[in-house]
Amino acid sequence: MGEELRLPITADVDVVQARQRGREVAADAGFTSGDQAVIAAAISEVARNILMYAKRGEILLTLVNNGDRQGLLVVARDQGPGIRDVGRALQDGYSTSGGLGLGLPGAKRLMDEFEVSSVVGGGTTVTMKKWRRLS
Amino acid sequence: MEVPILKQGQYLIASIQSALTDADLSQLREALIERVGRFRSRGVIVDVTALDVMDSFAVRTLRDIAHMARLRGSETVIVGIQPEVAFAMVQLGLTLKGIATALDLEEGLAFLNQQGEGRLEDRRPPAGRINRG
Repeated sequence: MGEELRLPITADVDVVQARQRGREVAADAGFTSGDQAVIAAAISEVARNILMYAKRGEILLTLVNNGDRQGLLVVARDQGPGIRDVGRALQDGYSTSGGLGLGLPGAKRLMDEFEVSSVVGGGTTVTMKKWRRLS
Repeated sequence: MEVPILKQGQYLIASIQSALTDADLSQLREALIERVGRFRSRGVIVDVTALDVMDSFAVRTLRDIAHMARLRGSETVIVGIQPEVAFAMVQLGLTLKGIATALDLEEGLAFLNQQGEGRLEDRRPPAGRINRG
Protein backbone atom coordinates (compact mmCIF):
# COMPACT_ATOMS: atom_id res chain seq x y z
CA MET A 1 0.00 0.00 0.00
CA GLY A 2 1.33 3.37 -0.98
CA GLU A 3 0.81 6.72 0.54
CA GLU A 4 -2.73 7.71 1.33
CA LEU A 5 -4.16 10.98 0.09
CA ARG A 6 -6.92 12.33 2.27
CA LEU A 7 -9.39 14.81 0.79
CA PRO A 8 -12.08 16.38 2.95
CA ILE A 9 -15.45 16.99 1.28
CA THR A 10 -17.46 19.83 2.76
CA ALA A 11 -18.36 22.04 -0.22
CA ASP A 12 -18.89 21.64 -3.94
CA VAL A 13 -15.41 22.99 -4.73
CA ASP A 14 -14.10 19.97 -2.81
CA VAL A 15 -15.89 17.68 -5.26
CA VAL A 16 -13.99 19.34 -8.12
CA GLN A 17 -10.75 19.20 -6.15
CA ALA A 18 -11.22 15.51 -5.31
CA ARG A 19 -11.82 14.44 -8.89
CA GLN A 20 -8.88 16.51 -10.09
CA ARG A 21 -6.56 14.97 -7.53
CA GLY A 22 -7.90 11.54 -8.42
CA ARG A 23 -7.14 12.20 -12.04
CA GLU A 24 -3.60 13.35 -11.21
CA VAL A 25 -2.90 10.29 -9.08
CA ALA A 26 -4.27 8.04 -11.84
CA ALA A 27 -2.14 9.83 -14.45
CA ASP A 28 1.01 9.51 -12.33
CA ALA A 29 0.28 5.83 -11.83
CA GLY A 30 0.12 5.32 -15.60
CA PHE A 31 -3.60 4.88 -16.18
CA THR A 32 -4.76 5.71 -19.73
CA SER A 33 -6.44 9.06 -20.30
CA GLY A 34 -9.73 7.21 -20.74
CA ASP A 35 -9.34 5.52 -17.37
CA GLN A 36 -8.31 8.82 -15.80
CA ALA A 37 -11.60 10.36 -16.94
CA VAL A 38 -13.47 7.28 -15.74
CA ILE A 39 -11.85 7.43 -12.28
CA ALA A 40 -12.43 11.19 -12.04
CA ALA A 41 -16.11 10.77 -12.93
CA ALA A 42 -16.55 7.97 -10.37
CA ILE A 43 -14.92 10.10 -7.65
CA SER A 44 -17.17 12.99 -8.62
CA GLU A 45 -20.27 10.84 -8.15
CA VAL A 46 -19.34 9.52 -4.72
CA ALA A 47 -18.05 12.90 -3.54
CA ARG A 48 -21.31 14.55 -4.56
CA ASN A 49 -23.23 11.88 -2.68
CA ILE A 50 -21.29 12.72 0.48
CA LEU A 51 -22.17 16.38 0.10
CA MET A 52 -25.79 15.73 -0.77
CA TYR A 53 -26.65 13.19 1.90
CA ALA A 54 -24.13 13.63 4.68
CA LYS A 55 -22.97 17.27 4.17
CA ARG A 56 -19.42 16.28 5.04
CA GLY A 57 -17.05 13.40 4.72
CA GLU A 58 -13.80 12.47 3.07
CA ILE A 59 -12.26 10.72 0.13
CA LEU A 60 -9.11 8.65 0.50
CA LEU A 61 -6.94 7.79 -2.47
CA THR A 62 -4.33 5.04 -2.27
CA LEU A 63 -2.30 3.18 -4.86
CA VAL A 64 -2.32 -0.56 -4.28
CA ASN A 65 -0.52 -3.48 -5.88
CA ASN A 66 -1.71 -6.98 -6.56
CA GLY A 67 0.74 -9.17 -8.44
CA ASP A 68 1.09 -7.81 -11.93
CA ARG A 69 -1.64 -5.27 -11.42
CA GLN A 70 -1.64 -1.83 -9.93
CA GLY A 71 -4.81 -0.30 -8.66
CA LEU A 72 -6.22 2.94 -7.42
CA LEU A 73 -8.26 2.49 -4.29
CA VAL A 74 -10.87 5.13 -3.61
CA VAL A 75 -12.65 5.19 -0.29
CA ALA A 76 -15.47 7.66 0.24
CA ARG A 77 -16.78 7.81 3.77
CA ASP A 78 -19.11 9.90 5.82
CA GLN A 79 -20.96 9.81 9.09
CA GLY A 80 -24.23 10.87 7.58
CA PRO A 81 -27.68 9.32 7.81
CA GLY A 82 -26.65 6.13 6.02
CA ILE A 83 -28.53 4.28 3.31
CA ARG A 84 -31.62 2.34 4.34
CA ASP A 85 -31.64 0.08 1.31
CA VAL A 86 -28.22 -0.28 -0.29
CA GLY A 87 -29.55 -2.68 -2.92
CA ARG A 88 -32.01 -0.10 -4.13
CA ALA A 89 -29.48 2.72 -4.00
CA LEU A 90 -27.41 0.70 -6.45
CA GLN A 91 -30.28 0.46 -8.92
CA ASP A 92 -30.29 2.76 -11.91
CA GLY A 93 -32.64 5.66 -11.64
CA TYR A 94 -33.33 5.28 -7.94
CA SER A 95 -32.81 8.55 -6.11
CA THR A 96 -34.12 10.05 -2.91
CA SER A 97 -32.64 13.45 -3.76
CA GLY A 98 -34.30 14.22 -7.09
CA GLY A 99 -31.09 13.52 -8.99
CA LEU A 100 -30.72 11.22 -11.95
CA GLY A 101 -30.17 8.27 -9.68
CA LEU A 102 -26.92 7.59 -11.45
CA GLY A 103 -24.51 8.40 -8.66
CA LEU A 104 -23.81 5.04 -7.04
CA PRO A 105 -24.80 2.73 -9.92
CA GLY A 106 -22.83 4.99 -12.27
CA ALA A 107 -19.71 4.87 -10.12
CA LYS A 108 -20.13 1.11 -9.83
CA ARG A 109 -20.21 0.73 -13.59
CA LEU A 110 -17.10 2.87 -13.97
CA MET A 111 -14.91 0.98 -11.51
CA ASP A 112 -13.65 -2.63 -11.46
CA GLU A 113 -14.50 -3.27 -7.83
CA PHE A 114 -17.22 -1.58 -5.86
CA GLU A 115 -18.59 -2.06 -2.39
CA VAL A 116 -20.94 -0.09 -0.18
CA SER A 117 -21.34 -0.53 3.52
CA SER A 118 -23.79 1.61 5.34
CA VAL A 119 -25.34 1.85 8.76
CA VAL A 120 -28.54 3.80 9.15
CA GLY A 121 -27.69 6.70 11.43
CA GLY A 122 -24.03 5.75 11.36
CA GLY A 123 -22.73 6.67 7.94
CA THR A 124 -21.70 5.22 4.63
CA THR A 125 -18.44 3.94 3.20
CA VAL A 126 -17.97 3.33 -0.48
CA THR A 127 -14.87 1.37 -1.43
CA MET A 128 -13.96 1.15 -5.08
CA LYS A 129 -10.95 0.16 -7.17
CA LYS A 130 -9.72 0.52 -10.69
CA TRP A 131 -6.98 -1.80 -11.91
CA ARG A 132 -4.40 -1.59 -14.60
CA ARG A 133 -2.04 -4.29 -15.76
CA LEU A 134 1.61 -3.49 -15.23
CA SER A 135 3.54 -4.00 -18.43
CA MET B 1 -16.07 30.42 -11.82
CA GLU B 2 -18.51 32.13 -14.15
CA VAL B 3 -18.62 30.87 -17.72
CA PRO B 4 -18.32 33.69 -20.28
CA ILE B 5 -21.27 33.84 -22.67
CA LEU B 6 -20.65 35.55 -25.99
CA LYS B 7 -23.44 36.87 -28.14
CA GLN B 8 -22.65 36.30 -31.77
CA GLY B 9 -25.44 37.38 -34.07
CA GLN B 10 -28.41 35.15 -33.41
CA TYR B 11 -26.39 32.75 -31.33
CA LEU B 12 -25.04 32.52 -27.82
CA ILE B 13 -21.70 30.84 -27.27
CA ALA B 14 -20.74 29.65 -23.79
CA SER B 15 -17.14 28.47 -23.64
CA ILE B 16 -16.33 26.61 -20.49
CA GLN B 17 -12.76 27.55 -19.55
CA SER B 18 -12.04 25.39 -16.53
CA ALA B 19 -13.47 22.80 -14.19
CA LEU B 20 -16.91 23.77 -12.92
CA THR B 21 -18.64 23.13 -9.64
CA ASP B 22 -22.27 22.05 -9.57
CA ALA B 23 -23.19 25.61 -8.59
CA ASP B 24 -21.25 27.00 -11.58
CA LEU B 25 -23.12 24.63 -13.89
CA SER B 26 -26.49 25.63 -12.48
CA GLN B 27 -25.53 29.28 -12.82
CA LEU B 28 -24.60 28.70 -16.47
CA ARG B 29 -27.99 27.12 -17.09
CA GLU B 30 -29.86 30.09 -15.59
CA ALA B 31 -27.72 32.64 -17.44
CA LEU B 32 -28.17 30.95 -20.81
CA ILE B 33 -31.91 30.53 -20.50
CA GLU B 34 -32.30 34.15 -19.44
CA ARG B 35 -30.15 35.39 -22.32
CA VAL B 36 -31.95 33.32 -24.93
CA GLY B 37 -34.94 35.52 -24.15
CA ARG B 38 -33.08 38.77 -23.73
CA PHE B 39 -31.23 38.49 -27.06
CA ARG B 40 -33.92 36.50 -28.86
CA SER B 41 -31.23 33.96 -29.71
CA ARG B 42 -32.00 31.18 -32.17
CA GLY B 43 -29.13 29.00 -31.17
CA VAL B 44 -26.90 28.14 -28.20
CA ILE B 45 -23.48 26.56 -28.37
CA VAL B 46 -21.90 25.16 -25.23
CA ASP B 47 -18.22 24.48 -25.77
CA VAL B 48 -17.00 21.82 -23.34
CA THR B 49 -13.54 21.35 -24.89
CA ALA B 50 -11.86 22.35 -21.63
CA LEU B 51 -13.80 19.83 -19.53
CA ASP B 52 -11.77 16.74 -18.76
CA VAL B 53 -14.49 15.11 -16.69
CA MET B 54 -18.19 14.84 -17.19
CA ASP B 55 -20.25 13.26 -14.46
CA SER B 56 -23.99 12.71 -14.13
CA PHE B 57 -24.64 16.22 -12.85
CA ALA B 58 -22.80 17.88 -15.72
CA VAL B 59 -24.58 15.76 -18.33
CA ARG B 60 -27.91 16.39 -16.68
CA THR B 61 -27.31 20.14 -16.67
CA LEU B 62 -26.33 20.16 -20.35
CA ARG B 63 -29.46 18.18 -21.12
CA ASP B 64 -31.57 20.62 -19.12
CA ILE B 65 -30.00 23.58 -20.93
CA ALA B 66 -30.83 22.06 -24.31
CA HIS B 67 -34.41 21.20 -23.34
CA MET B 68 -35.09 24.55 -21.68
CA ALA B 69 -33.57 26.50 -24.58
CA ARG B 70 -35.71 24.52 -27.03
CA LEU B 71 -38.82 25.41 -25.06
CA ARG B 72 -37.76 29.03 -25.50
CA GLY B 73 -37.32 28.63 -29.25
CA SER B 74 -33.58 28.10 -29.36
CA GLU B 75 -31.57 25.12 -30.57
CA THR B 76 -28.55 23.94 -28.54
CA VAL B 77 -25.39 22.24 -29.75
CA ILE B 78 -22.82 20.79 -27.37
CA VAL B 79 -19.38 20.96 -28.92
CA GLY B 80 -15.93 19.70 -28.03
CA ILE B 81 -16.57 16.56 -25.98
CA GLN B 82 -13.09 15.08 -25.58
CA PRO B 83 -12.47 11.44 -26.54
CA GLU B 84 -11.70 10.32 -22.97
CA VAL B 85 -14.76 12.16 -21.70
CA ALA B 86 -16.91 10.40 -24.30
CA PHE B 87 -15.37 7.11 -23.17
CA ALA B 88 -16.26 7.77 -19.53
CA MET B 89 -19.78 8.99 -20.40
CA VAL B 90 -20.57 5.82 -22.30
CA GLN B 91 -19.30 3.67 -19.43
CA LEU B 92 -21.31 5.69 -16.97
CA GLY B 93 -24.37 5.07 -19.12
CA LEU B 94 -24.92 8.74 -19.89
CA THR B 95 -26.08 9.90 -23.25
CA LEU B 96 -27.20 13.18 -24.71
CA LYS B 97 -30.07 11.60 -26.58
CA GLY B 98 -31.98 14.04 -28.75
CA ILE B 99 -29.39 16.77 -28.23
CA ALA B 100 -27.21 18.00 -31.05
CA THR B 101 -23.47 17.59 -30.64
CA ALA B 102 -20.62 18.63 -32.91
CA LEU B 103 -16.90 18.06 -32.94
CA ASP B 104 -15.94 21.69 -32.45
CA LEU B 105 -17.18 25.27 -32.50
CA GLU B 106 -16.94 25.54 -36.27
CA GLU B 107 -19.05 22.44 -36.85
CA GLY B 108 -21.50 23.64 -34.20
CA LEU B 109 -21.97 26.97 -35.97
CA ALA B 110 -22.40 25.19 -39.31
CA PHE B 111 -25.10 23.01 -37.75
CA LEU B 112 -27.01 26.00 -36.38
CA ASN B 113 -26.75 27.83 -39.70
CA GLN B 114 -28.19 24.79 -41.42
CA GLN B 115 -31.05 24.63 -38.93
CA GLY B 116 -31.72 28.31 -39.52
CA GLU B 117 -31.96 27.83 -43.27
CA GLY B 118 -34.42 25.02 -42.73
CA ARG B 119 -36.53 27.32 -40.63
CA LEU B 120 -36.58 30.06 -43.27
CA GLU B 121 -37.43 27.54 -45.96
CA ASP B 122 -40.43 26.34 -43.96
CA ARG B 123 -41.87 29.81 -43.79
CA ARG B 124 -41.38 30.71 -47.41
CA PRO B 125 -44.46 30.19 -49.54
CA PRO B 126 -43.75 27.64 -52.29
CA ALA B 127 -44.50 30.08 -55.11
CA GLY B 128 -42.18 32.73 -53.79
CA ARG B 129 -39.03 30.66 -53.75
CA ILE B 130 -35.98 32.79 -54.08
CA ASN B 131 -32.93 31.60 -55.90
CA ARG B 132 -30.23 31.90 -53.36
CA GLY B 133 -27.52 31.40 -55.92
